[in-house]
Amino acid sequence: MNGALKVLAHHLRLYRRVWKGSVFVSFVSPVLYLASIGVGLGSLVSRGPAHTVGGISYVAFIAPGLLAATAMTTASSETTFPIMSRVYWMRTYDAMLASPLRVRDLVAGEVLWLTFRLALVSLIFFLVMAAFQTVHSIGAVFAIPVAMLSGLAFGTPVMAWAAKQRTDTPFALLFRFVVTPLFILGGTFFPIDRLPRLVEGIAWLTPLAHGVALTRALTTGNAASMATLGHVVVLAAYAAVGIAAAMVTFRQELAR
Amino acid sequence: MAATPTRSDALIHARGLTKYFGNLVAVDAVDFDVDRGEAFGFLGPNGAGKTSTMRMIGCVSPVSGGTLRVLGMDPAVDGPRIRARLGVVPQADTLDRELRVAENLYTYARYFDISGPLARKRTAELLDFVQLGDRADDEVEPLSGGMKRRLAIARALISEPELLLLDEPTTGLDPQARHMVWDRLYRLKQRGVTIVLTTHYMDEAEQLCDRLVVMDKAKIVASGSPRELIERYATREVLELRFAIDAAPALDGKLEGLADRVEVLPDRVLIYTDDGDAAAAAIHQRGLRPESTLVRRSTLEDVFLHITGRRLIE
Repeated sequence: MNGALKVLAHHLRLYRRVWKGSVFVSFVSPVLYLASIGVGLGSLVSRGPAHTVGGISYVAFIAPGLLAATAMTTASSETTFPIMSRVYWMRTYDAMLASPLRVRDLVAGEVLWLTFRLALVSLIFFLVMAAFQTVHSIGAVFAIPVAMLSGLAFGTPVMAWAAKQRTDTPFALLFRFVVTPLFILGGTFFPIDRLPRLVEGIAWLTPLAHGVALTRALTTGNAASMATLGHVVVLAAYAAVGIAAAMVTFRQELAR
Repeated sequence: MAATPTRSDALIHARGLTKYFGNLVAVDAVDFDVDRGEAFGFLGPNGAGKTSTMRMIGCVSPVSGGTLRVLGMDPAVDGPRIRARLGVVPQADTLDRELRVAENLYTYARYFDISGPLARKRTAELLDFVQLGDRADDEVEPLSGGMKRRLAIARALISEPELLLLDEPTTGLDPQARHMVWDRLYRLKQRGVTIVLTTHYMDEAEQLCDRLVVMDKAKIVASGSPRELIERYATREVLELRFAIDAAPALDGKLEGLADRVEVLPDRVLIYTDDGDAAAAAIHQRGLRPESTLVRRSTLEDVFLHITGRRLIE
């Protein structure tokens, strides 16, 4: 068996113990968001002068944004503490590297594992979206792989960085100053062009804005533009750079 | 150090082996060979370069300079193939606390492409071998330090390695746990497993190692069997004297000519001699009144002290 698959198998073996709780949380969180903010707050939006956001209901507007944002937060939690723990606290990787596994197997295995987690979370989220009648075309299922790609675009650079950390303080800062502001300002809850020009520009530098734009185009049926391709390229570039960086930092930390 | 002839049958062969971390020289051009079936030790204080050497042998840390061959292969080229035939017990315990005792062995077997049924069979055998058979389904964390170390040894044996690397296998263990580990290692050696270990305990090196090298400040400063080293660098006996704290200055000159060599340490004075009792009597005659005297056999610590002028554990 391939080395990366062995690393994935290890993580799956551990996940087997907690999968029920994990799946339950992945299900409850979109329900709460879509019910409270989408339907609840959306009822206020529909009473406003415009009634809709660019022609679609508020819940249908935020649902794809939340899908991409959830992929981002899932990726962040999978690539911060767990990675540092395997490098430094539990030293899982040291044990793996004493076997025929190589550093590149570890990185590839982590990417596979992250992909698996993102697939699960995005699929569940998509099913909840469908239940809230926010999916308007067959092509909308492509929002699932796009959300996964958004998660990878965010998670792989974080993974590269997390391998170098020795305390959890930087992770708290990451969540407070990067993940949460992006979640709120990255286009999830309102169109990004409503932001001041400078902030909008910053938002477009992050993977989330591209992920949100893509998932929204797909679930609302407006994906047939060149902009779509551009978003995919940006996300893929983030993920590719993240993986390359993780190869470097993992090697620096584990094979000195 | 004079170049020894290349021994192509050596399990580990190092010439001029060097490791840098930035500007720091962790291992400075060391030469050694480890033969099949022997127990070989690296003895030295913390920071001497033992762990760096082990990590290079374990094909985890890239070699900075010189030649290293493990099982006849080059770690830079054949790292995974070499590691498939090694067992490694690292200094910091890397057991998986999210897995139970037996699962730690069983999952590790998968990294070596050992099939399920065989992995289960070996897991059961190895847990019995390290006397953890009755803890197979327990969590790892509540195990004592000695049990965890034995579990780590069992895990390293899951692939039936030809060469077992142990980095400070008994550091931090209580005496009983140490003896248990030594006993298991001794049995492995009798089964023909080649053992390479690092230690800063002289008794460990004396008990386990057929041959050892003494490392200090990144270099090998002596090598041989424990007996040879003691004969070469120490006397048959050592007389240890302890004086009252403020009595040390009064020693000036009074120990001259008493013995081959005298070492004044902060807490005691060591007198190297072939006849400790005679030296003790002579000291008494000179009017010195130590608080305590002890005559003992020389140990590797005396060897180390002689070679480096420093104590091994500080």
